[in-house]
Amino acid sequence: MDDKEKKQKENIQDSEYWATNAEQGGWSLSSTDEGSQEMEKEETPEELDIQMGKEIIDDYIDSETPSSEDERMIVNMGPQHPSTHGVLRLQVELEGEIVRRVKPVIGYLHTGMEKTGESLTYSQGCTNTTRMDYLSPFFNELVFSLTTEKLLDIEVPERAKQIRILMTELNRITSHLVALATGGMDIGAISMMVFGFRERELILNFFEKTTGLRMNHNYIRPGGIAADLPDGWERDVREILEEIPKKLKDYDQMLLDNPIWNGRLRNVGILTTQECFALGITGPSLRASGYDWDLRKVQPYSGIEKFEFNVPILNESDVFSRWRIKVLEIQESLKIVRQAMETMPKGDYRIDDKKVTPPPRKRLDESMEALIHHFKLFTEGFKVKEGEAYVAVESPRGELGCYIVSDGSSKPYKMHIRGPSFCNLQALPVIMSDSPIADAVASIASLDPVIGDVDR
Amino acid sequence: MIEEEVVNIRSEDLHKKISEIKNAGYEMLVDLTVVDWYRKRDNRFELVVNLLSLSKKKRIRIFSDIPNENLECKSLTDIYPGANFYEREAFDMYGIIFLGHPDLTRILMPDDWIGHPLRKDFGLGKIPVQFKNAPKV
Repeated sequence: MDDKEKKQKENIQDSEYWATNAEQGGWSLSSTDEGSQEMEKEETPEELDIQMGKEIIDDYIDSETPSSEDERMIVNMGPQHPSTHGVLRLQVELEGEIVRRVKPVIGYLHTGMEKTGESLTYSQGCTNTTRMDYLSPFFNELVFSLTTEKLLDIEVPERAKQIRILMTELNRITSHLVALATGGMDIGAISMMVFGFRERELILNFFEKTTGLRMNHNYIRPGGIAADLPDGWERDVREILEEIPKKLKDYDQMLLDNPIWNGRLRNVGILTTQECFALGITGPSLRASGYDWDLRKVQPYSGIEKFEFNVPILNESDVFSRWRIKVLEIQESLKIVRQAMETMPKGDYRIDDKKVTPPPRKRLDESMEALIHHFKLFTEGFKVKEGEAYVAVESPRGELGCYIVSDGSSKPYKMHIRGPSFCNLQALPVIMSDSPIADAVASIASLDPVIGDVDR
Repeated sequence: MIEEEVVNIRSEDLHKKISEIKNAGYEMLVDLTVVDWYRKRDNRFELVVNLLSLSKKKRIRIFSDIPNENLECKSLTDIYPGANFYEREAFDMYGIIFLGHPDLTRILMPDDWIGHPLRKDFGLGKIPVQFKNAPKV
């Protein structure tokens, strides 16, 4: 036994002695783990900012060693998947539980509405377009009507304009409520799903009273609107204006400071302004990335410039801010609804142009001319002079555009709808790749795609 | 208010001109579609590109005739990545080939579909109904 080994043995005996008889004198570092425990370090201001969500960090996962091809797996998500909001299919390439590549596959709800639109007259066209984005049907009708009116070069009466604004802004609230509800359900906040659909029902009841239908109204038509508001409509709108803000407070209480909600949504699915520009993404996603762009302010339609409201802007550009901005937009829409209700002008609700508006039923028994007009309008439809026009409105999902080419007949030669969901879906690969598969569902929900609008 | 502008560009110059327009401040490609002028114009297909400048608050609509001999056009995806879906839709519905597109496949119709549905010579798909006692024509 040489010296080295001897020393080692002594050392071990020493430490054993002290470990077993600690009270007999002193202590050594090796005999107890006290002292090896350290306090947690104070966070640096940068780390605090990240934790508070002030700083944008794309939480992508980048492995240092590239994995081989056979470690990756391609999984089909959808088309029959509850959290793809309809029949969206995603081909997801996974590496472990990390999403590496995504390809959206669409077309499962394609019904050829643009082709159908070419065989329907202008007055029938709204029945077709209203079925595209089925969560915001009024916007589809509005954009089709505005484009037709631009081609006809007519201006609808003030009351018609204001009713259009009233209905579309109520529609924005319902659409955002569904987005909040389904978004909540995807992440696991089932109560949010129940709440969102419950409050939406309140507004849908008002729609049903006014237009006869809960969805697919065909209420806004070229030349005005289909019917005047029902008796006592102000009472219903007042009830909506009282109820919704209370419920919004409830949602905030439930979710805004909820640690699980924050943990699931903060710094997930980053979509920056530059990416929005490149991919053509508009609407809440662009505003949540810190760019002030709202067609209601920039390119006002139907007299919306008269109303006072703010455009909420958030800078975080993550899923959380895309959720938050919808809540804030509901509050702004409520402001517009209140102003529209209080300043509703009296007068005609459709244009007094015999070539566009069908005569009232009463007149048909009295006037031969009215009968002829009625017959011509409902068999052939009104003719629109040659030309082309593009009109865009701010739908709940972004820029909703309608491009119509007229060849002088009573049917559009070409009718193209620029659906915001179709375009926004291109962002899915950007926000989903290199993040965990658990975040994928939250990312899809934040874009709020409506497949009816995607596939048309 | 947004100003609107309309320009015609020949299809050979389209790619170059659009990249110039982008450098002039049009950040976003809003819409891309095709109009079929079947038997109405010499060049059957017309490409319509809708660009938007968010900083200058301007819109520009670009028309470009596609020659009948070869229905081809240079892809805009290298200038605006957002043109991806729109070009696939234009290919699917009208059969325009976009050269240099990363993945030019059918987007809305099934992969094995024959024909391009939004062309004017493609039928609507209505099924004729035969009534029992209809007079023979």
